[in-house]
Amino acid sequence: MTPLLEVRRLTKDFTRHKRFFGKGTTTRAVDGVTFDIVEGETFGLVGESGSGKTTTGRCVLRLIEPTSGEVRLRGDDVLAFTKQRLRAARREMQIVFQDPYSSLNPRMCARDIVEEPLIIHRIGSRAERRDRVRELFALVGLDPSHLARYPHEFSGGQRQRIGIARALALNPSFVIADEPVSALDVSVRAQIVNLLMDLQQQLALTYLFIAHDLGLVRHICRRLAVMYQGRIVEMGTTETIFATPAHPYTRALLSAVPAIDPNHPQQRLVVDASMFDRSAPLKEIATGHLAAV
Amino acid sequence: MSDIRDPGGGIRSQDDHLLAVDGLTTGFDIAGRFVPAVIDVSFHIDSGRTLCLVGESGSGKTLTGLSLINLVPPPGRVASGTVRLNGRNLMELGERDMEHVRGAEIGFVFQEPMTTLNPVFTIGAQIAETLRVHNLATRRTAKTRAIELLDSVSVPEPHRRVDEYPHQLSGGLRQRALIALALAGEPKLLIADEPTTALDVTIQAQVLDLLRDLQKRLGLGLLLITHDLGIVAEMADDVAIMYAGRIVEHSPVRPLLSDPKHPYTRGLLESIPAGPPGTRLRAIVGSVPALGALPAGCSFVTRCPQRFQPCADAHPGDTLVGLPAAERSVKCYLYGPAIEAIEVAR
Repeated sequence: MTPLLEVRRLTKDFTRHKRFFGKGTTTRAVDGVTFDIVEGETFGLVGESGSGKTTTGRCVLRLIEPTSGEVRLRGDDVLAFTKQRLRAARREMQIVFQDPYSSLNPRMCARDIVEEPLIIHRIGSRAERRDRVRELFALVGLDPSHLARYPHEFSGGQRQRIGIARALALNPSFVIADEPVSALDVSVRAQIVNLLMDLQQQLALTYLFIAHDLGLVRHICRRLAVMYQGRIVEMGTTETIFATPAHPYTRALLSAVPAIDPNHPQQRLVVDASMFDRSAPLKEIATGHLAAV
Repeated sequence: MSDIRDPGGGIRSQDDHLLAVDGLTTGFDIAGRFVPAVIDVSFHIDSGRTLCLVGESGSGKTLTGLSLINLVPPPGRVASGTVRLNGRNLMELGERDMEHVRGAEIGFVFQEPMTTLNPVFTIGAQIAETLRVHNLATRRTAKTRAIELLDSVSVPEPHRRVDEYPHQLSGGLRQRALIALALAGEPKLLIADEPTTALDVTIQAQVLDLLRDLQKRLGLGLLLITHDLGIVAEMADDVAIMYAGRIVEHSPVRPLLSDPKHPYTRGLLESIPAGPPGTRLRAIVGSVPALGALPAGCSFVTRCPQRFQPCADAHPGDTLVGLPAAERSVKCYLYGPAIEAIEVAR
């Protein structure tokens, strides 16, 4: 079976221009990242700020252009798409952003925000689009009487529901969720996590779930990849990685998460870059379990 | 001297505590009306102990911290209550005396180190300024002392870092520098407001370890303001859970985590991912009410799965629970008929 998404040796360099005569400096934000996502699964991309996880997600959608590598969606080479073909492909793959406070246009009412992708892709008549927006409102648990409200009139959790409704407007099969709950109040995070899981079941969605909250990742991802300084240092099923982390960075990351149970304090491990070889290639250490050790 | 209830130790005088806050109410004058954001908050902290003040954005936890050091930004003001530090009521102090208290008696560390540190001065200059304001060093000795302080918070190569500017430091180092700055005046109490929220989890772990170590070494009282129950479990001796301006549950940490009483506390703990992967989480319905638009009665009533008849009438007051010492208090009618005694404008 072909995976829904195949990413091969994905690399992204950012160049910063220095002064007049000096050469620009190049930062490799994503360095040879390779992974597959199978239809219907939730694949987690975990790492700290600056690890390249968000850049990886955006390169997959070509919201930013990768420097090199391959991205295939159902076998089609996404990086070779023309502008038109890419636009069509965007109906298939969508993104939910982290911050529902800054990602929604404050001058548009909720209905227009959700309808906009349908207009851009010239889908349906005006009446059909309006019906679709109502349907989407119901799907994500928003009150249809709030259609004409503006983003500031909604709470953070409701705003994220609007962002999800917009992402689902075109009926995508693949959704990138980039830290979808980390900007929300703790008491509403679980609602949005439940919504994402429900929608996956109902609509047979495939998720790339980008997060730094390991507890959450453990709960919803079937497989995950741990990124460190632009590279994947470990990849495998969630169960395996939490039970038998192989890479020193993964171990340090897992040990740093504060434990809720005060009777079992964690033994903390420190991340020390000298503990491991940064250039070690990712290799299979057990079936389906890869680590750069 | 009035006495207050003392979770864990029966009745003690307020003067025995390092910090005793009693009946603190802080709010904002908005369009001619006073909207409270911190409502009748009482707690105390002893030397060498950590109280975690837990709440979501808008719960009043940060405003509580600012009220203690009289730094509430206008149009906010402290409307009533006492804040006693070693028995002295800080609310009666003039601004000059308060300036001495800030830094020399109470140190504080805020969430965003980049906005608290002055970008145009070196780390060393900022620590030196604090030292000289509090007459703890002369111009000549200040730098040496600044290096010592940076060293004490485990900043590597402190003699080099002391001459660097905030932007030259990583997030974790900046937060360490800020802790060094907070400790420069040798305070007895440290207020840390979400000190690790802007940091990565591995760096967070280091900063928490540092705080714990410093507290042990210096016998500090620590008021740690956070929304993260994992941090609470690792750091707290006592916990105060805030919701919509009130402390709705107050308890030593272990019983709070193993047997939460208030439906809100229970909801928070139950919504943490646990159980078999992929199963639905137990979410709290609804969202945090806006300031000035609290529901009638208990402020949690619209979200509470266990609400019953009295909840919508008046806000519950404190009921003591927990055996053997009645060491916990909770504002919920499930545990008793106590009604809040104060009059609060909604």
